[in-house]
Amino acid sequence: MGTSDKPHFHHAIKFREDICIGCSHCMNVCPTEAIRVAHGKALMHPNRCVDCGECYRVCPVGAIIVEQDDFEEIYKYKNRVALIPAVFTGQFPDSVAPGQILSAVYELGFTHVFEVEEGVDFLSGQFNNYLKQHRDVKPLISPFCPAIVRLIQVKFPTLANNIILLKAPIDITALRARKTLSESGLLPEETGIFYVTPCPAKIVAVKNPVGEEKSVIDGVINMNFLYNKVYKILRHKKDLKEVEGAVPLSQGAVCWSLTNGEASHMKQGRSLAIDEINNVIEFLEKVENEEVDGINFLELRACDESCAGGILCPGNRFLTADKLRKRVPGNLRGAVKKDTGTKNEMNAFLKDNMKLEQVIPRSIMKLDDNLAEAMIKMKRIYELNRMLPQVDCGICGSPSCKSLSEDIVKNEASLKQCIFVQRVMEQNEQLDSSDSVNIMREIWSDKKLDRNILKDGINDIN
Amino acid sequence: MQMHFEYSVEGGNFSQAGLTSSQVKKTLKQLNVNGAVIKRTVVALYEAEVNIVAHAYGGTILVDIDEEKIVIELRDEGPGIEDIGKTMEIGYSTATPEVREMGFGAGMGLSNMNNNSDLLEITSEVGKGTCVKIINHFKDDNNGNK
Repeated sequence: MGTSDKPHFHHAIKFREDICIGCSHCMNVCPTEAIRVAHGKALMHPNRCVDCGECYRVCPVGAIIVEQDDFEEIYKYKNRVALIPAVFTGQFPDSVAPGQILSAVYELGFTHVFEVEEGVDFLSGQFNNYLKQHRDVKPLISPFCPAIVRLIQVKFPTLANNIILLKAPIDITALRARKTLSESGLLPEETGIFYVTPCPAKIVAVKNPVGEEKSVIDGVINMNFLYNKVYKILRHKKDLKEVEGAVPLSQGAVCWSLTNGEASHMKQGRSLAIDEINNVIEFLEKVENEEVDGINFLELRACDESCAGGILCPGNRFLTADKLRKRVPGNLRGAVKKDTGTKNEMNAFLKDNMKLEQVIPRSIMKLDDNLAEAMIKMKRIYELNRMLPQVDCGICGSPSCKSLSEDIVKNEASLKQCIFVQRVMEQNEQLDSSDSVNIMREIWSDKKLDRNILKDGINDIN
Repeated sequence: MQMHFEYSVEGGNFSQAGLTSSQVKKTLKQLNVNGAVIKRTVVALYEAEVNIVAHAYGGTILVDIDEEKIVIELRDEGPGIEDIGKTMEIGYSTATPEVREMGFGAGMGLSNMNNNSDLLEITSEVGKGTCVKIINHFKDDNNGNK
């Protein structure tokens, strides 16, 4: 990891082979067709996965996990900073005050707590300036959702230049936290910044950022993990005192990570907000064809209800979004004295550090770097695809007939994996029935064939 | 190496306009054609495709791709164009005020197509139909940049 020429990409989504039952639910929902089934297990194609987490939502046995740093990591640092996104405060019952939640986070061992959206009001101004300066590019696309940035890199390479090259609120707040602490005399090397994440894509954005060399964040804690720890404290200490956050959050800042959170702040021309990754794909197809005209700013989020729908959020996404919209502005208001001198200095510092480098596309669409080779492969794919039934049953271990054709051309699968092809070959005596069973074993494992069919009394079935 | 594709376009069906452009775009992406060339091609093709939908009864789009270029021929059955030279002028349009109000017919179509293709050829027979030929080269160096 970390070199400029990465053949593979870091993923926070991991498949646990020991738990996976090879049901192929994940394969069928993956928006980038990154999953195949072989030997009875789901396999991820690392260059195609964008860490959106759709697979995690449908796994019936919990075989898909989201990696996180060991919580004990925080004790490697003397100054332990937690960056809490506003959606975290939306996970708890109404009876719990946001200040109590923060209080519980301190009790867990953090020395400083910042809300991620503290950087939003500053950022929103910068976004508007950026839109003003880049009127020639339409539409400009928000870099907020890391799964969307990666989706554009792999599936919509021609739109990579439309991504706004400014950092997300989390990075701005982390920069601000680091500077504030070091100015108060705390040693930077003794300060560890930990982000509480609602989704795997944000983890990847920290571990393997796009458009910057290294993230300012030191570690990541999954929201569901922290939720359990905080909930435990809240249950045991009903009278927990409220602490105040460092910076008062405006209503706009609290709702930034919800759908329309960014778009509603953009004052340059027309803005549009779209959530849920399949909706986003549908719309980006249109944008790429230049069928969409006159939109200046696009807010795109991979999850339904945006970050409230992140796969690591334990609460219901609609209730969370509603709670945040009703959260009283400045609920975490701290008694910080506003010193405009230091504020200006801080803003200048942030401005100098908030730019991202160019987002480089890494297309998964291309069949070959060489055009002639790509044409030969495409022809072959068309021929193969014509032989297939277009049922997209997934029995071959690929998500669709089209993707099986592509896998065959890449030498990653064989036509015989198609159950329809097998039947016809058997009829023409080109394939033994024991051969076809063996092919099925290769894809779905012995277990699936033997346990379900032989042992459960195939003789009783007519 | 040569590839040939054919698509049909239904006149008057605006909801389906852009389908061919979308397919061609996907093909070019898979062939790893330069992004700027894909963009130019799709813009020119989309304009031409919408023209068939807007003006003709129907038509066929023939696409030929080889290692150097893409050749697109759009043949329609329709009213034809009387003065092709005039249609190339920016702002020239035969669209009714109603159509203009819908956002079409601004008179930018053909010049837009021209700007986004290396070669644009239009032949037409009044009362029969129009044939539009677009050629774009994949390499930027030979007249790829206009």
